[in-house]
Amino acid sequence: MTVRERIRQNISAAFYRHGLLCASYPVPIILFTSASILTCCYPLLKLPLPGTGPVEFTTGVRDYSTPSHESQGDLSERPDWYRGPPVAYIQQVLVKAAVSPWDNSLVPVDVFRSPLGRVFSVLEEIRNHVYTDRSLEALCLQVTDLLPGLRRMQAVLPEHGCLLVSPGNYWQNRRDLFDADPDLLKTVHQHEPKGLHTSATLKDLLFGVPGKQTGVNLYSKKRVVTYTITIALSSYDARFVASLRARLKQLHPSANCTLREDHMVHVHFKEEIGIAELIPLVTTYIILFAYIYFSTRKIDMVKSKWGLALAAVVTVLSSLLMSVGLCTLFGLTPTLNGGEIFPYLVVVIGLENVLVLTKSVVSTPVDLEVKLRIAQGLSNESWSIMKNMATELCIILIGYFTFVPAIQEFCLFAVVGLVSDFFLQMFFFTTVLSIDIRRMELADLNRRLPAEAGMPPPKPGPLRPRETPPPPRPSPHTITLQAPAFRNLRLPKRLRVVYFLARTRLAQRIIMVGTVIWIGILVYTDPAGLRTFLAAQVSEQSPLGEAGLPPHLGVAPVFPGGDPTSTLSGLPAPEPTPLPENQSQGHRAAHPEVAPVSSPQITWGPEDEELWRRLSFRHWPSLFSYYNITLAKRYISILPVIPVTLHLSPQEAIDTRHPQDTHHAPPPSIKTSDLQTDLTLYKVAALGLFAGVVLVLLLFCLYRVLCPRNYGQNGVPHGRRRRGDLPCDEYGYSPPISEISPLLLRGHSMDIECLASDGMLLASCCLVGHIRVWDAQTGDCLTVIPNNGLRRSSSSGCWEHRDGWDHISACEAENIFPIRRRTTPARPALFGDQPDLTPLIDTNFGLSPPSQALSSSGFDFGGLVEKAYQEHEPSPTLAFPPSPPASQQRRRSLGDQPVLPPELPPQNNGDWDSSVWAMELRGNLIATGRSSGKLELWDAVEGSLRCSNEDGVSGITALAFLNNRIVAARLNGSLDFFTVEITKPLGLLQYRGPPGRGSLPPSPCYSSEDVISCQLTRSVQCAHQKPITVLKAAAGRVVTGSQDHTVRVYRLEDSCCLFTLQGHSGGITAIYIDQTMVLASGGQDGTICVWDVLTGSRVSHVYGHRGDVTSLVCTTSCIISSGLDDLICIWDRSTGIKLYSIQQEVGCGASLGVISESLLVTGGQGCVSFWDLNYGDLLQTVYLGQSSEGQSVRQLLVLDNAAIVCDFGSELSLVYVPSVLEKLD
Amino acid sequence: MADNSLSSVDVSALSSGALMRRGPYISMITNRTMNLLIRAAMLFMVGVFLALVLNLLQVQRNVTLFPPDVLSSVFSSAWWVPPCCGTAAALIGLLYPCMDRRLGEPHKLKREWSNVMRCVAVFVGINHASAKVDFANNVQLSLTLAALSVGLWWTFDRSRSGFGLGVVIAILATLATQLLVYNGVFQYTSPDFLYIRSWLPCIFFAGVITVGNIGRQLALYEYKVNQEKTHQD
Repeated sequence: MTVRERIRQNISAAFYRHGLLCASYPVPIILFTSASILTCCYPLLKLPLPGTGPVEFTTGVRDYSTPSHESQGDLSERPDWYRGPPVAYIQQVLVKAAVSPWDNSLVPVDVFRSPLGRVFSVLEEIRNHVYTDRSLEALCLQVTDLLPGLRRMQAVLPEHGCLLVSPGNYWQNRRDLFDADPDLLKTVHQHEPKGLHTSATLKDLLFGVPGKQTGVNLYSKKRVVTYTITIALSSYDARFVASLRARLKQLHPSANCTLREDHMVHVHFKEEIGIAELIPLVTTYIILFAYIYFSTRKIDMVKSKWGLALAAVVTVLSSLLMSVGLCTLFGLTPTLNGGEIFPYLVVVIGLENVLVLTKSVVSTPVDLEVKLRIAQGLSNESWSIMKNMATELCIILIGYFTFVPAIQEFCLFAVVGLVSDFFLQMFFFTTVLSIDIRRMELADLNRRLPAEAGMPPPKPGPLRPRETPPPPRPSPHTITLQAPAFRNLRLPKRLRVVYFLARTRLAQRIIMVGTVIWIGILVYTDPAGLRTFLAAQVSEQSPLGEAGLPPHLGVAPVFPGGDPTSTLSGLPAPEPTPLPENQSQGHRAAHPEVAPVSSPQITWGPEDEELWRRLSFRHWPSLFSYYNITLAKRYISILPVIPVTLHLSPQEAIDTRHPQDTHHAPPPSIKTSDLQTDLTLYKVAALGLFAGVVLVLLLFCLYRVLCPRNYGQNGVPHGRRRRGDLPCDEYGYSPPISEISPLLLRGHSMDIECLASDGMLLASCCLVGHIRVWDAQTGDCLTVIPNNGLRRSSSSGCWEHRDGWDHISACEAENIFPIRRRTTPARPALFGDQPDLTPLIDTNFGLSPPSQALSSSGFDFGGLVEKAYQEHEPSPTLAFPPSPPASQQRRRSLGDQPVLPPELPPQNNGDWDSSVWAMELRGNLIATGRSSGKLELWDAVEGSLRCSNEDGVSGITALAFLNNRIVAARLNGSLDFFTVEITKPLGLLQYRGPPGRGSLPPSPCYSSEDVISCQLTRSVQCAHQKPITVLKAAAGRVVTGSQDHTVRVYRLEDSCCLFTLQGHSGGITAIYIDQTMVLASGGQDGTICVWDVLTGSRVSHVYGHRGDVTSLVCTTSCIISSGLDDLICIWDRSTGIKLYSIQQEVGCGASLGVISESLLVTGGQGCVSFWDLNYGDLLQTVYLGQSSEGQSVRQLLVLDNAAIVCDFGSELSLVYVPSVLEKLD
Repeated sequence: MADNSLSSVDVSALSSGALMRRGPYISMITNRTMNLLIRAAMLFMVGVFLALVLNLLQVQRNVTLFPPDVLSSVFSSAWWVPPCCGTAAALIGLLYPCMDRRLGEPHKLKREWSNVMRCVAVFVGINHASAKVDFANNVQLSLTLAALSVGLWWTFDRSRSGFGLGVVIAILATLATQLLVYNGVFQYTSPDFLYIRSWLPCIFFAGVITVGNIGRQLALYEYKVNQEKTHQD
């Protein structure tokens, strides 16, 4: 174990140093990594590009010998695949046939009927050709059955014999069938597939030339029929082939045919990827992308999410490339299909480390330096990274020992990939991350700059520099939602789908991607076909397409030779190359002005040499695949083509006519056929244009329908909502209108500082020190406990600062929080839903003696106090509204006792100077903690001081009152536990009568007759090193949070410290604990931790806010936090995943309350807003008052009866939540 | 051709996989039975999809080039296989979270979609290996696949219940396949172990683990939804 620990420490230290290094020198490191990536990828240049296109290699015919299986090292120009015999030698006999001279008595069918008919004789010739003792039968490639799936081709393709295909196959190579066929075209076309086809069709296979060039159609302009007879030879006999060539040439001489005959081309075919094989591949890629998507989605809290995701993907990809490159460098040529194993490699290498790194770095304290953050984050995760790495290497090692070559190779790759991936993660990604974090930090700084500028001078008053005016804001009483695009709400499903579509423009993108893929597939699978198509189009369009005639010669018909005499001979056909001759021959032979029809010319050009190139490159593989012979990774040798020229006389053509042939329609004129092709083109173009326009319109409509009108504008219309308007979200949906009218509880003359409630009663304390007790049900004021020492304290030395205060207060109301917090340390609690003074405590304030704090507090509020006095003067004894539900006894107590109880001044002399910093209410006892450190217990109903305790000197910052115990947190970090003891004097009981209070049954009552004593049971002197900021008690536990970054959990009974929870890197600002022992804490670092109170372990740790977490509430399923960044975040409680966040207006208030599981209430500027927690919708905003607009709700209490109480300047507001809100969802 | 397509058609009987991007929307369903139905439907689709894809992978093993109608033959030959796989996937995917709840030991290991995706990818990879890689003999193939399957379990599951259930279902499924083959409903091209391929159990096991993973991940949503719902009431 110790060794392990030591290793662990070493690793972590090494990672720490490495992180420091990376963050310190980002640019050199990135350069270095890029250089190494490029170096490692350099060997990849030698690798052939992946693809399935065939590769060619040309050799001479004369000295050809079948290549041996052994590779000869010296023949460097030979490709590696050129080994061993080919699958087959392909000998093509290219037949060009024409009926000439052409005369008008011929019908269109004659163009091809008799030329096609001649194929049978040529075939016969070929089949019967014998050289010495060799016949074709012996040499040709013998094929067996067709594949079982091709029954319908059985009639057409040869079986059990030579693989010899020609157009004659359509008629089973039988002349009589051909002659009996009434419609040749139909026969030819009946095997054609319908619709789009990218691979070789049967027509291509049999004719052996691209479909356009066959000339087998009714509207052919050239009237030359071209086809090939394709013979597949299994072995090459040069003499036999030569004799065949000579024989055919002799029989059917092709004059001036200068086709080259000395080269044979070897075509090597790569492995085919058919659709069937593509589907699993595509599936794995989809899974891969899903994996990447789900992984990168988790990157959060960085400056540029996309940038980091890109960096992660780049890391993985380049590590793969590096591994391939390295493997090639060391002579391990990959034999595996890269595309297939790639997804698995990515999955093995994984994005996990990258994500873990990001998360770890991001969750380091924000206030640290970037370097340190990176280093810390790296070292935190070092152990797990190393462990994972070792595990993966182990697994791969095990895989290596399977001794299966493919798996071994995969493992080798994976190992190299893993190592290079680790390298890249450590150098590349870490550095990118550091840059990103630094950028974020800068952005943060910029954002905060105005705030920081106003912060430093701690002294308030005129000394404070006037701040830059706050940015212009919409009217202060609205809650601005962010623009819909940025608002991540939980909408109804249907809307979310629609929004998703709209946001991502899914339809558009899918269509775009689909088109691109389709085009890609077309180009990729059938480049030859496409090229021929394009070439054909071009040649048809351009006037110089056919023979390259220069247009200036003005020969309108390209081959105007209508003269029978010139064409009868078939000679002299135009030379393949010399154009002038061709043209001159045309001039000489023809009478262009009288040639109504052109006579076919048979020409041989260099393009005929390798006519097979025009075929689809799948031509040969598909031909062979019909016989279950694969050409994948093998090659065929294509012998030079044998040209055959056939000239038929018109008489011959007429003789071979089928009786039905003449029934065909007369041939349309060339003009119309020209027009027709043009028209088709135009039609296609018009259709395409139309489709495009329709598509655009459709998309536009979709866009208009799906997207709100102000899509993309930053929600400006919402910001300027008229006062009193109900909030209406961007899709025009507004909640049912039921105006909630808040009940205003007036009476306090000053801003309310503390607020406490136990469900039935409500106690509030204002700045002056008045404590008022209200009935939470009716809003009646029950008791007033005035602070009669106020005049003394506050009248001193505040007048001169009034001016300063005035405009400070003006701008402060509008300012964002940090300023307020830091400049006025003793101001009442600005946020927090409990009457604690959490945010008041500043570190430096804690060091100062209490008296100074006191004076500064007086300092601050002087102006207000003075103003308040002028208003307040006439009514020191307030005229209470008559309270009908108040019991008789209460009336009596009010009546009996004067507002200033006579016994009070002697009791607590000298204490009125101090202000109330904390207040709690239980039963009818009000516990107040004062700045002087004094704890007082007041009777809430009678307004009398029941007991006080002056054991502590340091001011009480927070109070918790649970059962009969009071816990007080003091400014000096100590924690005092008090016990409240009640002794009932019997005599008094008799005298006063039964002290039952019918109106307040459930709360533990302390009757006014009891003698209540409050004793300090235990004082934990150094509970925290720094002032305690938060104190919460529930479920028998007391939880304190302090400026010293820790949270402590005490047991209430014996005040014993159970846990000290460390995890925050800033002072604790908010704590939530409830009866179910769920403890959540938020700190100044913006993190929220969820703890298990039973074990003291941290359940989750999320980095939620930029700036302090100001308040925290939990429901059973989620945690709601608000921060100084005016964001309300809703987190999943079990997983710690952020569900969504609500951006509020600047300075909107940080008070939160949860009314029910699905109803959240937040305080804003002069209003409270109700939110639906499930969907994040703003349900309603209730405006509290008409007059005081600038006041923001700082404290918010949710009472048991679904009423909420919030302070609103000097007023309290009681808002009853109507039931309609709960039924909304 | 025909028997090729039949070869090991049932490989992915219990397999299932990925591609449910509809996660967030699931959480909108508050109705429990509705939720269950949706989960089952998704698992069913996943099972069918994976069955088809993996079947295709297996078909490729012995054929180098496909005539154009291989797809139709795959779809037509044993049409009942994908639905069977889908049903099995739905059952297993629902069974796993249910069992987790019963046993009271919720699955803790890295419950994220990315992890599930990874699991599915590895599963497809195992199938790929079984289909494409040439092994010296069948024992080696079976052993390798077994090791890979157990590795899959260790990487993505690590729960004893998951392992147990996986083994049980793999055995049952192999038996069922055995019976089917024995009765001549379909056969394998090259059976090496009593009419069937010996690596079948490993594939079944890996498939069960994968489907279980998906089912658990889906159930996470239901769990959350239920939580919300109970609190709303």
